Amino acid sequence: MSDFLHGLTRFRRGSWELLASVLIAVGVVMLMQPLVLWAYTYSFIVTLTGTVMFIVVSHFPD
Amino acid sequence: MSDTSIDRVAKATPPSVAAKIRGLSDRAIAWIFVLPTIFLLLAVNIFPLIWTINLSFTNFRANRPNREVDYIGLRNYERILTDEDIWLTMQATAHFLFWTILLQVLIGFTLAWLINRKFKGNDLWTTLIVLPMMLSPAVVGNFWTFLYQPQIGLFNYGISFLTGIDPSSFQMIGDVKLAPWSIVIVDTWMWTPFVMLICLAGLRSIPDYIYEAAEIDRASQWRQFWTITIPMVLPFLMLAVLFRGIENFKMFDLVVQLTGGGPGSVTELTSINLKREAFEKWRTGYASAYAIILFVTVFGLASIYVKALNKVKER
Repeated sequence: MSDFLHGLTRFRRGSWELLASVLIAVGVVMLMQPLVLWAYTYSFIVTLTGTVMFIVVSHFPD
Repeated sequence: MSDTSIDRVAKATPPSVAAKIRGLSDRAIAWIFVLPTIFLLLAVNIFPLIWTINLSFTNFRANRPNREVDYIGLRNYERILTDEDIWLTMQATAHFLFWTILLQVLIGFTLAWLINRKFKGNDLWTTLIVLPMMLSPAVVGNFWTFLYQPQIGLFNYGISFLTGIDPSSFQMIGDVKLAPWSIVIVDTWMWTPFVMLICLAGLRSIPDYIYEAAEIDRASQWRQFWTITIPMVLPFLMLAVLFRGIENFKMFDLVVQLTGGGPGSVTELTSINLKREAFEKWRTGYASAYAIILFVTVFGLASIYVKALNKVKER
């Protein structure tokens, strides 16, 4: 956990990619879940944030 | 000595052009070769994408090209993401994706594992198993509608033979609860061989000496399976899941032919719904926003997946 936080503060690729991946996964689950409509409504913005973040952070140093 | 084609081209090049080319650096010549491909990619992939993003902020209708187009901001996105019918479509797609991928991976891997054990008639079985994959989805959809017929369908008789239920007492395509499973069964039947082939390639890439070393260390069959077979086939399996996931996310022809999205809209997957919005209701701007939502979802998933695949390869 501390490695992850350390990577975030130092703008390291691994930690930020993990964060972006989690955002994308959460967005997709929100899009396809059958339980609450508000989660579906906000799913796109979560997925889009994760995807854009993934593209940007994949250029960070390892 | 006869001239080669290169010599002939060199001789035919006008001296002024030849002088210009001679003055170019290797890098410039490389760019000259690459530029047509880049131009083609921009024209075929990037331009339509940018145009679709642009249309997604408008109320454009392709059947009324002369009508004035208004920019309506994010209203299309807002409508889609608050529409309960589209939400149901997403759930139908999720059901289809989850079960097809799960069944295809389980059955495909099992078949590959069995085929990999060399036995008599191995090649014949491989050919027979691979046959469904080679058929056109339209043909598969059409003949499965006959197989699913309650009166004459072989599928219903098969179920009747196994369970004793009257074959005409249930309809796979007409029943709201069974229809989503009918498309899962057909897609699994058609595409399991594809997963099997990829798994088979993975299994055949494992060198025998690893198993021999494990035998010497007295590792059980079960342990060999979990510590050698699965980790070494995993990148191949992940590749198969990626291919099938993306393909099934945009599944169209098979389901249209089989159920047409019905009964009601229980088997209406996102691609079918999108086609209806774009080419039946002609809401082009709205459909563009819908397409962008699907594109971002698939792109995001593919990004995660490629990252995971690279990690597994590095191990």
